[in-house]
Amino acid sequence: MYKYDAIDRQLVNERVAQFRDQVRRWKSGELSDDEFRPLRLQNGLYIQRHAPMFRIAVPYAMMNSTQLRKLAYIARTYDKGYGHFTTRHNMQFNWPKIEDCPDILAHLAEVEMHAIQTSGNCIRNVTTDQFAGIAADELIDPRPLAEIIRQWSTFHPEFAFLPRKFKIAISGTEEDRAVTWFHDIGLQLHKQNGEIGFRVIVGGGLGRTPIRGQVVCEFLPWQHILSYCEAILRVYNRFGRRDNAYKARIKILVQALGVEAFTEQVEAEWQHLKDGPATLTQNELTRIAGHFSAPKYLCGIDETAFVAQVQAEKAFARWVDRNTHPHKIVGYAAVTLSLKQHGIAPGDITAEQMDAVADLADHYSFGELRISHEQNVILADVRKSDLYAVWQAARENGLATPNIGLLTGIICCPGGDFCDLANAKSIPIAAAIQARFDDLDYLFDIGEIDLNISGCMNACGHHHVGHIGVLGVDKNNAEFYQVTLGGRQGNNARLGKVIGPSFSAEEMPDVVDKIIQVYLANRHADEAFLDTFDRIGIDPFKNRVYEGRAHGKAKLIEKEAA
Amino acid sequence: MMAQLIKDKAATVDSWKILEIATDETVETVALPAGDIIFPLAVWQARKAEIISCHKRIGLLLQPEDVVEEIADDLEYFIVIAIHFPKFVDGRGYSTASLLRQRYLYQGELRAVGDVLHDQLFYLQRVGFDSFALKDGKNAIYALETGFTSFSEGYQASTSQPQPLFRRRA
Repeated sequence: MYKYDAIDRQLVNERVAQFRDQVRRWKSGELSDDEFRPLRLQNGLYIQRHAPMFRIAVPYAMMNSTQLRKLAYIARTYDKGYGHFTTRHNMQFNWPKIEDCPDILAHLAEVEMHAIQTSGNCIRNVTTDQFAGIAADELIDPRPLAEIIRQWSTFHPEFAFLPRKFKIAISGTEEDRAVTWFHDIGLQLHKQNGEIGFRVIVGGGLGRTPIRGQVVCEFLPWQHILSYCEAILRVYNRFGRRDNAYKARIKILVQALGVEAFTEQVEAEWQHLKDGPATLTQNELTRIAGHFSAPKYLCGIDETAFVAQVQAEKAFARWVDRNTHPHKIVGYAAVTLSLKQHGIAPGDITAEQMDAVADLADHYSFGELRISHEQNVILADVRKSDLYAVWQAARENGLATPNIGLLTGIICCPGGDFCDLANAKSIPIAAAIQARFDDLDYLFDIGEIDLNISGCMNACGHHHVGHIGVLGVDKNNAEFYQVTLGGRQGNNARLGKVIGPSFSAEEMPDVVDKIIQVYLANRHADEAFLDTFDRIGIDPFKNRVYEGRAHGKAKLIEKEAA
Repeated sequence: MMAQLIKDKAATVDSWKILEIATDETVETVALPAGDIIFPLAVWQARKAEIISCHKRIGLLLQPEDVVEEIADDLEYFIVIAIHFPKFVDGRGYSTASLLRQRYLYQGELRAVGDVLHDQLFYLQRVGFDSFALKDGKNAIYALETGFTSFSEGYQASTSQPQPLFRRRA
């Protein structure tokens, strides 16, 4: 993975010193709360429900064991012994003191980590596919270009005070695993006539106004990516709305202008920047790509014991089925360590688990790991002959729940238990659904299904693209949950459809159960939930879920009677 | 109280006054005072000939929403262009400055006015501002000591360093 040079290191150290001074001036009253707010946000620091929340960047998902051990140290020393992985390659701590944050940043800087631009109205942490570099279906490794974009976006002087936050995702695979259709800029690497370039998608996003992005450039040669992004950002910075925070994302500008007119503006701007100094050089790409060269894989790994173990032990076979993934090198697999143990907040990881994962990475995966936007940890390069040992160690540490891609592998934001923005709690809903579906045989029979939960319309839990999406809403100061069906990520990413009126928290396990019942009753052999849904439509689900439930006129009459 | 002006890395006395238009005046009726005056864009556009005839030294004030392309042909008239930041979080002025310097090659003084604070000086300087009307009550001495040197390098191409770091890395 990328190693800092002296300049990278110095910049991060200077950031720590700058923030330490800003905290000092804020404490002494030289900086007002309003003046300090954007500064602390651009260092990942929120003032939250219970305590500050501190968000640390894991650029394009890559981490090494030393970094994870440092996060464990921070969790123990400055927090309550755990952290939370978000859906955008960040780790969040929920209990640090503001005064400690400069010291935490200094600890992070020692291991080449930071919290730069993890919040605020600026270019955020660039994200990608958790299997980058090793995926069997990969066309081009996106990590070198992701690092180049990270550097370019870091402290960009023109784009530090945008109308609203700005998120870039990049993927290089056949199947999109980076949600590129739902980012402010989504970049899909592909080849045309042997040349590498990007499909540039702009104006996607979830949140309050979920919109699938639109293609503004079908093929942009890679050398132009920075100047083209500058053109997009400059048009947005100048003409994006600033009168209403809810209408300030670039997706609203693209919608208002229409994608053709928006593209024309970007192209006109780009004509001035094209082939200028921001044009990338082969030297630079080669320099950065050198940091991402393949580790020393072994040839001829003996898989006989592994095959026998799979046949002998059902629990292991299940884990292999759900939690390991194809690797481009024969004899290797990628492993997902599940942070979706039933009853534990999805994405949460204790300091002990962090240390255990760091040990596993050192022993079995070249000392590196990744985190996924599904809030799990990935060991990307495990020999198949080691999988059994990894499984046993993961099991001892509560990291082997075989539910990746299954109903209880829920994506879930911190919700009303922690977050100031939330309208409703989300973690207890996840826990209740996990408790209801605690039977592994049943979970495996139901098969692949994404259930995503967000505690408010900001959609950190990506509920719009869950096969089943759950959104917390506030109705007269009471927490309710709106359910959507049929959303999905990937190449055919689309938004779920709202099934109908919202439900109380207590109803949610039953509602999910009924949805599953309809699927099981209607599915053809080997038909996944989504395929059944696409075939039969939303009505059978709607009818079952609201069966016997008063709504419309009947509800009104019921209310009046009561 | 007047804003404190930082120019050429020093606190300095400001000779320029921004022309204010009272509520009972319009750009057509407002009196054009003598001296070093920074004229709002609308006044400049309405009374360009008059301003040129009676002023040798002319300043221009741009608001965040003002489109710099509109005055691209007039730049030779201005000794100073002030870009107003009504709130420091409104970042449009950074693009205005970049365009003036990089595209239209404006060489005169480029001044940040309004909600101009210590912690934005580094970025303002990088996009091409060379004078800074620091907000009232803020510590100009401390700003001069540390505000412009927050970082020793920048990754991107900018007005102050037209070559991105990757073209300069050994």
